Amino acid sequence: MPVVASSAKPAVRSIIDRMARPSGVGDRVFKWLTLAMALAVVALVFLVGWQLARGSSLAIQKFGFHFLETSTWDPVAEQFGALPFIYGTAISSLVALIIAVPLSIAAAVYLTELAPIWIRQPIVSLIEMLAAIPSVILGLWGIFVMIPWLRTHAFPFLKKIFGWTPLFDGPIYGVSMLAGGIIIAVMILPIITSVSREILRSVPNLQREAAYALGATRWEVTRIAVLSYAKKGLFGAVVLGLGRALGETMAVTMVIGNTPQIRASLFAPGYTLASVIANEFTEATTDVYLQALFEIGLVLFGITIFANLLAQLLLRTIGSTITPRAVQ
Amino acid sequence: MKSSHKHLWRKTKSACAAVIAFVCALLVIAPLALVLFHLIRSGASAINWSFFTELPKPVGVAGGGMANAIVGSFQLLGLAALVGVPVGVLGGVYLAEYGTARGNFALRFMADVLNGVPSIIWGVVVYGLIVLRFKSFSAYAGGLALGFIMVPLVTRTTEEVLLLVPAGYREASLALGISRWKTIVHIVMKTASKGIVTAILLALARVAGETAPLLFTAFGNRFWNHNLSEPISALPLQIFSYAISPYDDWHRQAWAGALVLVVMIFLLNLVVRFLTRERMA
Amino acid sequence: MTKIHRMIGRFLGLFVVFGLIATASAQMTMNGAGATFPYPIYSKWFDEYVKVDPSVRFNYQSIGSGGGQKQITAQTVDFGASDGPMSDENLSKAPGKILHIPTVAGADVVAYNLPGDPALKLDADAIAGIFLGQIKKWNDPKIAGQNPEVTLPDQEIVVVHRSDGSGTTYIWTDYLSKVSAEWKQKVGTNTSVNWPTGLGGKGNEGVAGQIKQTPGALGYVELIYAIQNKMPYADVKNSAGKFVKPSLESITAALATAQIPDDFRFSITNAPGAGSYPMCGATWLLVYEQQKDSAKGKKLVEFLEWALTKGEEMAKDLDYAPLPAELRERVLKRVDEIKF
Repeated sequence: MPVVASSAKPAVRSIIDRMARPSGVGDRVFKWLTLAMALAVVALVFLVGWQLARGSSLAIQKFGFHFLETSTWDPVAEQFGALPFIYGTAISSLVALIIAVPLSIAAAVYLTELAPIWIRQPIVSLIEMLAAIPSVILGLWGIFVMIPWLRTHAFPFLKKIFGWTPLFDGPIYGVSMLAGGIIIAVMILPIITSVSREILRSVPNLQREAAYALGATRWEVTRIAVLSYAKKGLFGAVVLGLGRALGETMAVTMVIGNTPQIRASLFAPGYTLASVIANEFTEATTDVYLQALFEIGLVLFGITIFANLLAQLLLRTIGSTITPRAVQ
Repeated sequence: MKSSHKHLWRKTKSACAAVIAFVCALLVIAPLALVLFHLIRSGASAINWSFFTELPKPVGVAGGGMANAIVGSFQLLGLAALVGVPVGVLGGVYLAEYGTARGNFALRFMADVLNGVPSIIWGVVVYGLIVLRFKSFSAYAGGLALGFIMVPLVTRTTEEVLLLVPAGYREASLALGISRWKTIVHIVMKTASKGIVTAILLALARVAGETAPLLFTAFGNRFWNHNLSEPISALPLQIFSYAISPYDDWHRQAWAGALVLVVMIFLLNLVVRFLTRERMA
Repeated sequence: MTKIHRMIGRFLGLFVVFGLIATASAQMTMNGAGATFPYPIYSKWFDEYVKVDPSVRFNYQSIGSGGGQKQITAQTVDFGASDGPMSDENLSKAPGKILHIPTVAGADVVAYNLPGDPALKLDADAIAGIFLGQIKKWNDPKIAGQNPEVTLPDQEIVVVHRSDGSGTTYIWTDYLSKVSAEWKQKVGTNTSVNWPTGLGGKGNEGVAGQIKQTPGALGYVELIYAIQNKMPYADVKNSAGKFVKPSLESITAALATAQIPDDFRFSITNAPGAGSYPMCGATWLLVYEQQKDSAKGKKLVEFLEWALTKGEEMAKDLDYAPLPAELRERVLKRVDEIKF
């Protein structure tokens, strides 16, 4: 999918604007109609923020900032703290990034710089197919294929080698923070890969040619001319992937164990912000409970907006607007 | 001597890097192969005529199908399109044809940020907005949540597609005295119609697989939905509830449902690819 | 271009057709939500009732008792279902008076996943210790002492509990609060608690699924879920000191000893009697005394009357204990009081 450079537009647009002052009724109506629809985007952002804030107002009053630091999630005593979920979301996303980022960027480099031309489109198509697989189906595969394999093969192996560290300590259930991280990694591989690809493709060829002219090998060209030029954009791709990882719900809920606790071990089950909403929303019996869940939604909304804002800013440093489309 | 050694080492590094990058590319597509393999292996056996035509059976009784979930998914997609298509396409038109550079930059930015909102948040929002107000879970609520997700997607893709229409088309039309809005609708949008359809289909493919926003809006239904203000079943919802159940028969049906869903989505993507390829010929 | 127009037209046509099918039938749908505990018997009832009265269908979503209570209070469903009775506080939040209609009684069993499916005996101390996280391994003396013939592995017990708001949890924690002062003080009784240890599963289905897939797991599920999934479950020592197997007989024995107040909210955990299984509970349908839609209210009352007469006969096949005759009469009289 082509990257659209918006720099050419203003000059052309002003000609058209001058030629076609909105005159008739039809023109004015159409213009305002489309403007209203475009503003819908803004309205939606405010709608989400408003609904979440409204739904959690009592809880915010009751818990204040403590909500973000308390780790008790006790519906009986009506004590709610978001810390275990923030921890779970953070760690599972971190694990996912550690797994996915090197693979994705390396794959993107391969596809833009190193691969023979004939192989590029098929691999790109396959990655787009992976992106199209819904979260719940990946979760299904996670429960019945990945977790049993992890429990019988991968985890005991990891425990044997790294069991002395607090990260790989403790009993092995199968469902775990690590399983959650792995499945999120699978989900964000396509988006980081394809956005990185676009970024790398938009590095001007002049950079590469200059490096070749100086006698660099293929890898050196990539490293010196392309990657360092594209650093900010690549970082933006990573943050975009992070934004996606933070909000991932279904696949994670199915493999992470759904236990609100903070443990060092990656083998221990965890709970994420998105998962607790999915599991407990329809059943929150008391008002405070429901409001606490709305507040969790607000926290989740906040951090994903922040991550996405950061990502968009970084992506725009490379000079064009890049929209990952099929790979959201 | 030393310099040629150095040169050899640099060449080797380059070759190694190429190999590592290739392996990474393979690893990126490996999960696809694994998932598809299991989908076909576990799901194909449960796909039969009754799967497509029967309703779910009571708990613990073998048999039954996901007919209502499949139809429900289509119904929800239809409702989502009612919201997502007009708002998205017209919004994209505005971004491509009107507006100021600064204003549009901000709008585009917001749309991209909106694309990153987790889908479960949309479920929470629509629950508060519709389900509580009308005191009922409904297909409308589910469709609205999906429609909200579609809006920023369709907007951005439509805008890009419209921008690809050469300025000359617009200029020629305006020079002939055709009013601006007619130029946009009859010349520009018509030229880009394939792309617009593509945008819509891609967004539909994306929301067809969404589960989280439906959990507390569409709610699920073990029967046919006869009234859009009642709860409705959907493939992803049914897959989820069967997957976490203990019944082996339901697990097989979950795989089958997953296979059907993936085929639906891949078909939509294939149609998109077919449409966009023709343009180059 | 015309190809595209034709395709768009066909797509729209598809949606319109589906929409028309959707609105074609005049069948009424009653929506209910709640407990997973009685889901097997309720889904059987709803399946059978369509044959009795084809003009109405009951769509039930098993989202847990907490969900049932919440959705009926919010009036987003026509009836709720819960195995934990609604507290006075929650009842006062509802916009109208909610009636508890008991339907059947069932049992929470201790299901587990051990090689060879051995038959285990457990007492209150052991169960409380496991769920408090104090007894961590299968071959702990507190467990091994009661099961001399079984070789228990030196393996961690993977405790599984509910991650959603559950009446099954209510029954379970009610029992533990009665037999363990430490549990009562640390955790308490409710549909959703702050678990000291263990993994969460969604619904009885989720817990059963989790136990089945995790070697060394132990958790609580409703009896029929253990039976349908061929999972072994333990004999538990009751208040009379006897190890009792959860079964139709032991549930019925517990139910027979119950003192049932007028509003039908009662607990039968840790019931007296040599033959009583200690972790039983009744399950209720939650309905408004004043129905807001008279057509739906009429159908609901008709269904309840059918369920409490014909429906009860099906309970035994699924190992749920039907209500004793005198209780049934009292409940039917209460159903008569529902106004629509």
